[in-house]
Amino acid sequence: MARSTADVETTRSAGAPPPSPSGKEVGLTADGTGSPLGLLFKILALGLFAAVAVFACIPLIRTERWVWLAVVVVVTVIAFWVYLSPRPIPLKYLLPGTLLLLVFQVLPVVFTVSTAFTNFSDGHRGSQEEAIAAIEGASLQRVPDSPVFSLSVATQGSDLAFLLLDPDTGDTFVGTEDGLDELQGADESDGTITAADGFTVLTTAEVAARSEEVATFTVPTDDGVIKSQGVSIAYVGAPQQTYDPACDCITDAVTGEVWTADGDVGSFVDADGNALAQGWQVNVGLENFSRVLTDPTIRASFLRIIVWNFAFAIITVVITFALGLLVALALNNSRLRGRTIYRSLIILPYAMPVVAMYLVWREMFNTDFGLINRMLGTEINWFGNTASSMIAILLVQLWLGYNYMFLVITGALQSIPADLTEAASVDGAKKFYSFRTITFPLLLVALAPLLIASFAFNFNNFSAIYLLSEGAPFSPDNPAAGATDILITYTYRLAFGGAGADYGFAAAISVFIFLIVGVISVVGFRQTRALEEVN
Amino acid sequence: MRRPGIVGSALAGTALLLSGCGSASGGDQDAAQLLVWAGTGTGGDALAEIAQGFGEELGVDVKVELVPGDQLQSSFVTASQGNNAPDVVCGAHDWIGNLVQNGTIDPIQLVGPDAAQLQELAVQAVTYNNQVYGMPFTMNSIVLYRNTDLVPEAPATMEELIATGEQLVAAGQVTEVLAYPVGPTGNPYFINPLYTAGGGYIFGTDAEGNFDPADLGLSQPGAVESYTRIGALGETGQNVLKRSISGDNALSLFSEGQSAFVVEGPWQLPNLAKGTIPYAISPVPGYEGGPAASPFITVDACYVASKGENKVLGQEFVTDFWGRTDVQLAYQEAADSVPASTAVLEEISATAPDIVAVADAAAASGQIMPSIPEMAAVWDPLGKAQAAIIAGADPQTTITQAASTIEAAIGG
Repeated sequence: MARSTADVETTRSAGAPPPSPSGKEVGLTADGTGSPLGLLFKILALGLFAAVAVFACIPLIRTERWVWLAVVVVVTVIAFWVYLSPRPIPLKYLLPGTLLLLVFQVLPVVFTVSTAFTNFSDGHRGSQEEAIAAIEGASLQRVPDSPVFSLSVATQGSDLAFLLLDPDTGDTFVGTEDGLDELQGADESDGTITAADGFTVLTTAEVAARSEEVATFTVPTDDGVIKSQGVSIAYVGAPQQTYDPACDCITDAVTGEVWTADGDVGSFVDADGNALAQGWQVNVGLENFSRVLTDPTIRASFLRIIVWNFAFAIITVVITFALGLLVALALNNSRLRGRTIYRSLIILPYAMPVVAMYLVWREMFNTDFGLINRMLGTEINWFGNTASSMIAILLVQLWLGYNYMFLVITGALQSIPADLTEAASVDGAKKFYSFRTITFPLLLVALAPLLIASFAFNFNNFSAIYLLSEGAPFSPDNPAAGATDILITYTYRLAFGGAGADYGFAAAISVFIFLIVGVISVVGFRQTRALEEVN
Repeated sequence: MRRPGIVGSALAGTALLLSGCGSASGGDQDAAQLLVWAGTGTGGDALAEIAQGFGEELGVDVKVELVPGDQLQSSFVTASQGNNAPDVVCGAHDWIGNLVQNGTIDPIQLVGPDAAQLQELAVQAVTYNNQVYGMPFTMNSIVLYRNTDLVPEAPATMEELIATGEQLVAAGQVTEVLAYPVGPTGNPYFINPLYTAGGGYIFGTDAEGNFDPADLGLSQPGAVESYTRIGALGETGQNVLKRSISGDNALSLFSEGQSAFVVEGPWQLPNLAKGTIPYAISPVPGYEGGPAASPFITVDACYVASKGENKVLGQEFVTDFWGRTDVQLAYQEAADSVPASTAVLEEISATAPDIVAVADAAAASGQIMPSIPEMAAVWDPLGKAQAAIIAGADPQTTITQAASTIEAAIGG
């Protein structure tokens, strides 16, 4: 998209005829695209866009998601209008970036926030209709002592029919939507009916082609319904629990228990307050947020966790920056030989998969068999004590992170004009003084946004904690919050460690974390601006 | 530290888009197709190959997609919600509770000719709320492997095992009494034989044999007694159980000769066969005069998806084809797994003595791992409590606290 825009604009500045002033003319050359190459780019890009849109529409139509279909259509129309009409010139530049921003940044945030107001979780995923279907389906029991028929699926005209053979008695039946009748004069072979007058027995492939019809086809009988299981077996089943729309409740035919729908929690609940496992998704308002604020274990551990969370992120940034700076300064000296080799070696850990590195380090910190204790001759239980666990985590973070800092600092150092420090040394400034007053502030201006980004990343660095210490050590009286847990690992345990995944609750906590990180980032960037003004 | 995120998300987005296209263009239903999802690995490869036989017999297309095992359950639930579900999914039996509460799998009738060949425990594992949900094909449970050079006879009790191990350590032949996976944050799956041997249980069962989430064994006195004994074996006691040994390094301690005993699962048999240590298999022993040590039995089974496009073929595959003894035998031979069918077990009794030994140990004292969704609330707090007790914490308060955490999670 962006390329075609650029082409369009360069062509115009090269002296193509100005766009039609009426503004009504729409077409490939309406905005003055004249060169064949520009036109080709434009046709290809718009064609690709249209193709992607059509591909996106097919599954949306199949799953009947009309709102999203409308969104796709509207976006496509806008894109075509923007690039085929001469008027919206700023939009030609903005549209690709805006679309990507919406898709990858804004949409996930909107989804997360809207999920936070629901009870979306395991057991509460779909609609009430789906829950009812699941409850009735799960309660379909085979009627005791009823025969298991050998089944041949057949058609009578265009209607389905089940040709059934009771293997115990040898009786043959025909089952239709109206009920079960005896069948005379059927041909049998190998315990199944192969042909009968007036019926066409279907092959497996033919049955499979009508799968949905066959799977939902039932033959009513006195005891229940005859249902197929696969292509060659049918049994008499009766749903034990059925839904009654009159009372909006589920009734158990055997025990007589009744569960009434409770729209506030999205479950069928009996008189004692016990809910059926299959529920549905409902809006619960601010409940997830109030649960975060009032949960006793959260309140007890929150302050401690947030202090360590800040310390973890800040210390990680500071130590990686400090070591990265030292190494970068050392390797920035042009008198040093083999700088490229050193630099490549230092960047090497950065090129390894982080997850694998965390796991390797965890094993190296093993109390009895780890490399570190063996090398030092110590018996430190690294992840068994709060202080050593924190030190171990920060050491790994340092090893994994300083090379990145080294990389960006080296780049920034090379962009600082050498004449500044040369001028300072001419004026008699010592090396360290000119570094402190000239190089370092200039570095900070260039790198402050990166440091803030690094902080925000480490604030939510789930894998660092989860793969190294898992939050350990845990106090024996509180298995929910470990001494090295950060907010994201702690809330992961709260939201997904219980009975199934609780997305609504997790989303509510994410909103809180988002607010914290957002505020810090805004304040941080304000400070950066002040820094720039000073210089 | 900060990695470029936008490229990753763009790639993910493209992949998503492409997969959407794939399923859309593959939606041509003229040729009937069965879609099966299974976990990656030896078992998945074997399943993918054997499932093709179903297609050949019935004249339909069979497509097996392998998903990493730790993502399979959540991918399946998400796909069911988005109406992109496969027709059949194969995975561990303890998923059943969660899959049922999300309305993603259908009950089946075990009426096929070979259904009677399935081990009773395997059928019990796939039974949930009095309904059978899956066709079991493998059973896993942990056993004791011993180095037969150092220990020719299987120890009958835990005391005997520890005494033997300590003698070997004192003689300098090994460095560890026993390689028992604990890990820094505990592992209730591995500790279950010792926990049950000391008189504990996790969930009780009702009269019909269903697990009862209201009957939490951790809040019973037996749990504290049992964990007191586990604590006595821990780091501040006999130092037999230690957090530095986990599922990651237990087997290497054994195969490097540092321990004469290791408690591990049958999935390590291929690794043991590759090693040089001569080994033998026996059940994890209990305490002297105490109840049996029960390892958890997990069963792999295939399930019919509620929202599959071709449910008839899914049912036929699961209830008829996958339950057949010849198919299960072919799977066992390809995957080298512990079979759920007694007929298969008899068939391989002469050729695979290790597999039979694992199956015998499970049949002797194993118990089905609870499949109710509430079990998900147990793992994490109980593991932490276990690790703390092995580190030397007071069993009484630690277990009581873990039990109340679990009760709160189940209730809420």
